[in-house]
Amino acid sequence: MAPYVVKRVLFSLLVLGVISIIVFSAVRVIPGNVCAIVLQTPDVTPQQCKAINSELGIDQPVVTQYFRYVGGVLHGDFGRSLITKRDVWTEMSERIPLTVELTILSTLFALILAIPIGVISAVKQDSAVDYGLRFLTIGWLSVPAFWLGTMLIIFPTKWWHYSTPVGYANIWEDPFKNLEQLYLPAIALGVALSASLARVVRSSMLEVLRQDYIRTARAKGLRERGVVVRHAFRNAMIPVTTLFGLQVGVLFGGTVVLESIFALPGLGGFTLAAVRAKDYSQVQAVVLLFATVLVSINLLVDLSYAWIDPRIRYS
Amino acid sequence: MATAAEATRPLVGGDIRRKRSPASKLWRVALKKPIGAISGVVCIFLILVAVFASQLAPHAVDATTFPRLQAPSGSFPFGTDNLFRDMFSRVIVGSRISLGVGFGAVFVGTALGTLLGLLGGYLGGWVDLLIGRVLDVMLGFPPLVFLIFFISIFSTKGGFSFKSYLLISLAIGIIIAPTTARIVRGSVLSIRNLQYIEAAQCVGNTTPRIMFRHVLPNVVAPIIVIASIQIGNAILAEAALSFLGLGIADATHPSWGTMLGETRGSWQVAWWTAFMPGLAISAAVLSFNLFGDALRDVLDPRLRQ
Repeated sequence: MAPYVVKRVLFSLLVLGVISIIVFSAVRVIPGNVCAIVLQTPDVTPQQCKAINSELGIDQPVVTQYFRYVGGVLHGDFGRSLITKRDVWTEMSERIPLTVELTILSTLFALILAIPIGVISAVKQDSAVDYGLRFLTIGWLSVPAFWLGTMLIIFPTKWWHYSTPVGYANIWEDPFKNLEQLYLPAIALGVALSASLARVVRSSMLEVLRQDYIRTARAKGLRERGVVVRHAFRNAMIPVTTLFGLQVGVLFGGTVVLESIFALPGLGGFTLAAVRAKDYSQVQAVVLLFATVLVSINLLVDLSYAWIDPRIRYS
Repeated sequence: MATAAEATRPLVGGDIRRKRSPASKLWRVALKKPIGAISGVVCIFLILVAVFASQLAPHAVDATTFPRLQAPSGSFPFGTDNLFRDMFSRVIVGSRISLGVGFGAVFVGTALGTLLGLLGGYLGGWVDLLIGRVLDVMLGFPPLVFLIFFISIFSTKGGFSFKSYLLISLAIGIIIAPTTARIVRGSVLSIRNLQYIEAAQCVGNTTPRIMFRHVLPNVVAPIIVIASIQIGNAILAEAALSFLGLGIADATHPSWGTMLGETRGSWQVAWWTAFMPGLAISAAVLSFNLFGDALRDVLDPRLRQ
């Protein structure tokens, strides 16, 4: 186990290293003049440009720049915004809690929806209920989250004159207002995730229900309910963890879109604003942050496997 | 299981299996998978709509001579938008970018993924390890964040052009490729030690020849299946990018996602401006998803999860 953990951690670090090189060099080859972005005007004199280049360190060799940047990032210094000159990490960290909260709420919503659907579908395999639920989940998979989000804004207002409160409230200061602002985007984002989760819960339950230990549990006279809930369900949840790890990236992308629709001040809005303004120090910081979190979550999912399922042995 | 009577029947000369025409085979599959068959017909219909879009659209997509924000009615089935344009015509023509990018991206992703999976699976060793890490790096980016990043570097500004079309297809193809690569690699691993591969090696075939002439044809079924399942995802990815204003649409080349994003200011007063393009996206993705699902059951049931 220990060698496996070390190997996985090292691979993840390697992946993050390569990602940082890709992000860093991609930003450097962008067509367009950095000086024009910094000064927000196309007319830049060579003197001004020289001053800006030396201020940003762009006149240094690329490799020096890279190590200087990575060194800074490891100390929590992502540089300054090209345009507002504000510290990138300060601006980003203010926006992280909202994106994290939205991700967690969507996941909770998706699980609440997916688990009963998947389990019922598996227990009643090939019945009308199963077909109905399978058709429903494949339908959900096809609905774009941003369209669902839009519909959740438009139709409650049209029919009941209901709209979520305007002006963002922090969860620690005003939890009710905060949750009222976040539950609609969380539903919109969670639906697609619930569909793919429900499909994995179903297939995984079906596989577990065919195992010998389930037959044993039935043979010793347990009620079907006990067999499904106590014996089958817990084991069936293992593959669901992997899928969740793979879907976190999709969730992150979803938060970008939904924050934009619901005008929420999270990392998604920050990313879009940075891309539109071509503020590349912000763009590279936020892409690196998303990638780091994603790689770390997948590492945790892989490592937790051995803990959840002791049958798995690593060589 | 064969019965005794079947087993003793002469193998040569007898009419063991009736030869069926391709049409009759297709019909039998369609009867077994009615939902898949219907969705297949819808997919073909959508493709035809995209091909003949300019003939089918009742009005020009950039004609601005209609009443503003009209609700859906007989003369404007999908209503009109905030810029005096007929939404029905725009949804019809919008199918071009959605399906075009969908197919283009899946083509790029499948080609790239197949190559990586084939190389890794067949050659094994350090090549496999290296390709595995490349895929890890690709999967380390959240897909939409990668797309936004890619588009911000290789700007697609300036509207629709062949170059911007290739660029967005390449971007979406890159995020599709890792899934294809993993599935192809798995399939290649399952056949690379079979006897006919060994035989091909023994008679002195070169490695590339074995890979492309002997291995590739035998993993075509899973490749077709995964490609058909990914079309829906590619359409969704293009729609999301366009919705955020990072797509390749312009005044004369509308896209469903752009239509939804552009009408933002009029959503509350005119629900159809958001509803209709989104409905088109969902309907297209749903029919490709259902078709892909049915195709998987028929061609390669092992992939079923």
